[in-house]
Amino acid sequence: MIINHPLLGPRDRQEFTYLGDACLIDRPDWQAGNAMDQFYEYVYLRDDPAGEHRELWYHEHGDRSWLVVTRNTVTHEITNVELASDVARKQGRSK
Amino acid sequence: MRYSGLRVIREALNGQKGWKPAWRNPEPKPNYDIIVIGGGGHGLATAHYLATKYGEKSIAVVEKGWIGSGNAGRNTTIVRGDYTLPPNTRFYDHSVGLWEKMERELNFNVMHSQRGLLFVHHNDSERDDHYRKTNIMRMQGTDGEILGPEQVRKMYPSMNFDGRFPITGAYLHRRGGTARHDAVVWGYARSADRRGVDILQNCEVMGFRIEQGKVLGIETTRGFIGARKVGVSVAGNTSRVMDMAGIRTPIESHVLQAFVSEGLKPIIPGQVNYGAGHFYISQSDKGGLVMGGDLDQYNSCAQRGNLPVFESVIEAAVTLFPMLSRARLLRAWGGLQDMSMDGHAVIDETPIKGLYLNGGWCYGGFKATPAAGECFAHLLSTEQPHELAKPYRLDRFRTGYLLDEKGQGPNPNRQ
Ligand SMILES: Cc1cc2nc3c(=O)[nH]c(=O)nc-3n(C[C@H](O)[C@H](O)[C@H](O)COP(=O)(O)OP(=O)(O)OC[C@H]3O[C@@H](n4cnc5c(N)ncnc54)[C@H](O)[C@@H]3O)c2cc1C
Repeated sequence: MIINHPLLGPRDRQEFTYLGDACLIDRPDWQAGNAMDQFYEYVYLRDDPAGEHRELWYHEHGDRSWLVVTRNTVTHEITNVELASDVARKQGRSK
Repeated sequence: MRYSGLRVIREALNGQKGWKPAWRNPEPKPNYDIIVIGGGGHGLATAHYLATKYGEKSIAVVEKGWIGSGNAGRNTTIVRGDYTLPPNTRFYDHSVGLWEKMERELNFNVMHSQRGLLFVHHNDSERDDHYRKTNIMRMQGTDGEILGPEQVRKMYPSMNFDGRFPITGAYLHRRGGTARHDAVVWGYARSADRRGVDILQNCEVMGFRIEQGKVLGIETTRGFIGARKVGVSVAGNTSRVMDMAGIRTPIESHVLQAFVSEGLKPIIPGQVNYGAGHFYISQSDKGGLVMGGDLDQYNSCAQRGNLPVFESVIEAAVTLFPMLSRARLLRAWGGLQDMSMDGHAVIDETPIKGLYLNGGWCYGGFKATPAAGECFAHLLSTEQPHELAKPYRLDRFRTGYLLDEKGQGPNPNRQ
């Protein structure tokens, strides 16, 4: 599997480590009233489709950036790769 | 028809004309009391116990392909009970006990062979960890003992003791071993069928009919089938089947691969695990070496594996048993495993009345087959959790009573 890194171009999957569903970017507010429920869902309940999946990969043996990769879990076809920091910024986060 | 040595002789004299199919292929009835989804080892064992131990009369097992087409027919068949957390020790110890009497109970040869599970270590800290583990196991009444390098050398002279990671000893779990995976499926199917359970193959569940929070039946490729209770036991498909009922589960699908060599003369008498990498090996009764290692490490529904894992498994094989570098690999395949967030299973009711779940078995589901079947049957029939399955709650992730045997945190690909 080749991941097309937005800055470095096509890189072998073995340079990366995998974390999981990209929803892990959106850490809940620990001060919210229902923080316990929100953290339960954040930590344990993730999407697990047979098909397109947005997920976090870490370029451990490279530039150590976090990527959001859109990959088909049945065919392993990768249709989109973004820097996780860009994704977070697009959602209105400052860092 | 009872199977016996006498029967084999009689059929041999008779031109083998007397054998009958071991189970029927019935049409679905409109309604059942209990439907079990998934014709793997767990689903069929559940049906067997529902019919034999709990006296249920109206049961169906619904399978999307043929029975045993999932992990039950794809695994590396290791059966062991070497756990450390007390709930797991109790459960797996009971399971190994059920394996020991399975063949008599089913009147079927599942080739269960307690050939001993050996886990080698390569340095002081691994040895200390194995002492700790076997001490915990022995305190809980399971067998586990530490062997020195000379004892290991006697058992496995062909292992490389002085390589990059010298072998300094091992722990041995004598009750561990292997079994014939397909035979387990067939044995339970035959037993369940003989007691009137309908095994419905080529019948994929596409959805649930749920009204006012209660399950009324399942929508399948062979039409609607009504049921008072439905048990989901679909292994690697758990998260997607539960999604159909609107329930999100702390379970993901990951691929695990298995590799089999050409048939060789007996060279590996037991089941061996490597300490300096994730690798395990045993030899089937046909002579093929059966090997496995890590998950592919990312969510996958592909039922086929990637090359980096292939490479690491073969590298470990040749490091541990250098003679294997000349052996040829015959087959490799992958299966979908239901990896949970703490590495352990769920046998529990769900927020929907009449809908029950048995899933999240990760690597350990084959050895759990009889005990999981018994506990799930208990839950489906009595609507109360079996004593052994009480810790396997679905809400333990919310309440914090995790069964994190390895301490890996909520990372399904690392369990
Ligand atoms: C390569 C590999 C090696 C393994 N090695 C070991 C080992 O050495 N020891 C060990 O203890 N465990 C091992 N396991 C794990 C073990 O095989 C599984 O945990 C166990 O088999 C799961 O239970 P099962 O037999 O009921 O699953 P399965 O046999 O997978 O049964 C589930 C069934 O549900 C069916 N199904 C799915 N979706 C639907 C639907 N919508 N409608 C109808 N039917 C459906 C599937 O077709 C399947 O037949 C291994 C797994 C793999 C993949």
